[in-house]
Amino acid sequence: MTTIPLTHVLTLAAMLFGIGLFGVITRRNVLIVLMSVEIMLNAVNLTLVGFARYNAMLEGHVLAFFIIAIAAAEAAVGLAMVLAFFRLRRTVNIDELRLLKR
Amino acid sequence: MQGNPGAILPIIIGLPLIGGLINGLFGWKMSRQQVYLVGTGVILTAFFLSVMVFVRLASASGADADASFTYHMWDWIVAGDYKFEFALMADHLSAVLLLVVTGIGTLIHLYSTSYMDHDPGYARYFAYLNLFVFSMLTLVLGKNLAMMFIGWEGVGACSYLLIGFWFTDMQKAEAGQKAFVVNRIGDFGFVIGLFLLMAFIGTVDYAELKTALSDGQALLDNPATVTAICLLLFVGACGKSAQIPLYVWLPDAMAGPTPVSALIHAATMVTAGVYMVARLSFLFALSPTASTVVMIVGAITAFGAATIGLVQRDIKGVLAYSTVSQLGYMFIGVGAGAYAAGIFHLFTHAFFKACLFLGAGAVIHALHHEQDIFNMGGLKKKLPIVRWTFLISCTAIAGVPLTSGFFSKDAILAETLMGEAKAEELANYYERGFRRQARIQLTNEARAKKKLPGAAITPETLTARADQLRAGFIASVKSLRVWHKVAFALGLLGAFLTAFYMFRLYFITFHGEYRGDPHVLEHAHDADWKMATALIVLAFFAAVAGLTGLPYGHNAHNLFFHWLEPSLARGEHFVDIHMTGALEWGLQGLSAAVGGAGIFLAWKLYKDGPSEQSDALKARFEGIHNALTNKYWVDELYHAVIVTPLRGISQVLFALVDRLTIDMTMVRGPGYLLLGLGEIGRRVQTGEVQTYLVALVVGLAGLAWYLV
Repeated sequence: MTTIPLTHVLTLAAMLFGIGLFGVITRRNVLIVLMSVEIMLNAVNLTLVGFARYNAMLEGHVLAFFIIAIAAAEAAVGLAMVLAFFRLRRTVNIDELRLLKR
Repeated sequence: MQGNPGAILPIIIGLPLIGGLINGLFGWKMSRQQVYLVGTGVILTAFFLSVMVFVRLASASGADADASFTYHMWDWIVAGDYKFEFALMADHLSAVLLLVVTGIGTLIHLYSTSYMDHDPGYARYFAYLNLFVFSMLTLVLGKNLAMMFIGWEGVGACSYLLIGFWFTDMQKAEAGQKAFVVNRIGDFGFVIGLFLLMAFIGTVDYAELKTALSDGQALLDNPATVTAICLLLFVGACGKSAQIPLYVWLPDAMAGPTPVSALIHAATMVTAGVYMVARLSFLFALSPTASTVVMIVGAITAFGAATIGLVQRDIKGVLAYSTVSQLGYMFIGVGAGAYAAGIFHLFTHAFFKACLFLGAGAVIHALHHEQDIFNMGGLKKKLPIVRWTFLISCTAIAGVPLTSGFFSKDAILAETLMGEAKAEELANYYERGFRRQARIQLTNEARAKKKLPGAAITPETLTARADQLRAGFIASVKSLRVWHKVAFALGLLGAFLTAFYMFRLYFITFHGEYRGDPHVLEHAHDADWKMATALIVLAFFAAVAGLTGLPYGHNAHNLFFHWLEPSLARGEHFVDIHMTGALEWGLQGLSAAVGGAGIFLAWKLYKDGPSEQSDALKARFEGIHNALTNKYWVDELYHAVIVTPLRGISQVLFALVDRLTIDMTMVRGPGYLLLGLGEIGRRVQTGEVQTYLVALVVGLAGLAWYLV
């Protein structure tokens, strides 16, 4: 099987990160924002695994596992917050999340 | 001489200071008796020390005519050639004042322990009183004009504190303020005069001044400069010693406790101006113009104040105007060149005026704070001690022959009439000044004619011009002679009025029927031993102190004048007093007659209290009576012309400059600026997470670009 050059992996990860970032900044729906965050996390995972494979190290894989676990937890918490906020404000529009504004 | 005999001087001034500090700082913890003991004790000790100084000076006089003790404490300001030092000096003149201040001070402290017995503020009172004595002693014992000025200001401050002692009464507080402000106006003149002296001669030390102004050196050789300095210093004296136009504070000052009036406004503080002129006799003698001004202002004040005293209803009011008037006499004396006579009157006046004030205090105390004499009368039965001491002092002030007041007042009047400045001697003194002036004038004239000055100024023209100036000066000095006669006339009239109004006061208060509340009369009691002691001692001296001034006139040598000679010699050097024996007796007779006439008139009108005759007189001269009762509306005039505009201007300035400009721009400006910036800055906080994220990303990108 032909080896995939590292640069391809990194480029893909970078693009995924960018897409995720764009989604976080731009999208109005809180759920979409959370999904975008997941995309960013996955992009990071891809980078880690790519480097691990390329350099024949196990650390990258291990860290990727950690991130997956944390991402799952964070998604749960995030969704719980969305739920709580929805019960309060009956909306998932992120622009309504302005309780910190004086 | 082992040790410095002058070392006693700082102890003398230090004692009252310590007493004042103890009573002031710890008086609230101390008992009445302790406060009285400390307060009176320090002054009594100071008096004994003063007597010691006097005795030492007396015994030292044999060898050295100009005996004095000095004590240098420290150099206060040293700037290049100029030096102000804290130094004390006791010479013959200051010894007299020293004894007066500490002696009468002790008596008044003693009196106060009884008078202020029911007052809750006794500690404060004695603290202030001690501090006053401290300041007065600094004034008297100062070795230079700066020290005198320190004391000068100090007595002014203490006077303010003591006049406004019962400051919870707004009127009394305002009286204190008035005294201080008017005093300050005088002080301004004093300070400018002091600066001029410093500028022209470079020193304000008395000894150095004397040397600088002696014939050989003549550092101040321009008569105009000397006159200016003297007049400015006299302005200060007017403020402190209540002469026209700065006398208005003294009658108001009667708001203070009566012992304060006795000490400050009769015997000591107000005499500071006279003392200053006498101390600087060698300076004032050099300016006949300034001396004449002093004399005339004194004369007008003496007469004017006496007229106002004629109609006063308040027992202390009469005495207040009487003090202003008598101070006028002292200034007549020192202005006319009769320095010793002026100080002699200061000396005798201290005794009888203090006695009168303390007597008035006793009356007020007995009648439970009644001060209107028309509510009094017939008190001679109830208050015998007060009555007799008051009577003795009245005879003294009226100038009844053989009392102290007679001799001092007569000495002043006689020497004023017969005295004149020695024009020739003064012209000799100013010789250099004339030459310099001649040179300047000739130069200016030549320049005006567009010619070179060199040709115009030859020894002949210079001498001619200088002689011209000299002759002009002599003529002007001689022309001042007439003012002596004016002063004499005013003084004589004033003496008549003095005798009259004092005995009017005496008769209305002590004779006739009691016109007040009978209940008050029941509780009236004579002075207790403390007050009585003070009254009797003072009355005694009021009667006999005059003997130290006997005989006087025409080259006579009496104790008092002879004692003062060393201090006043240079001043008296420039004055001529043409007295003959016959003239002397004549003038004495005239004084006696005038005084007697005044007493007689008062007796006729008031012997049993206010009578129909006095009321008829009042009605007949209603216009004048009105003017006098309103004190010639001087206070109103000052209020309208000075106080109101000043307040108006300050109001305008307050609204315009202070509130509008300064407050708006400088005070609130920065505040508003910050608030504005804050508003702008606030817009960053939208509360939206996405906004913050954008910022985060932008920042991150920037950082990455910068680092990579």
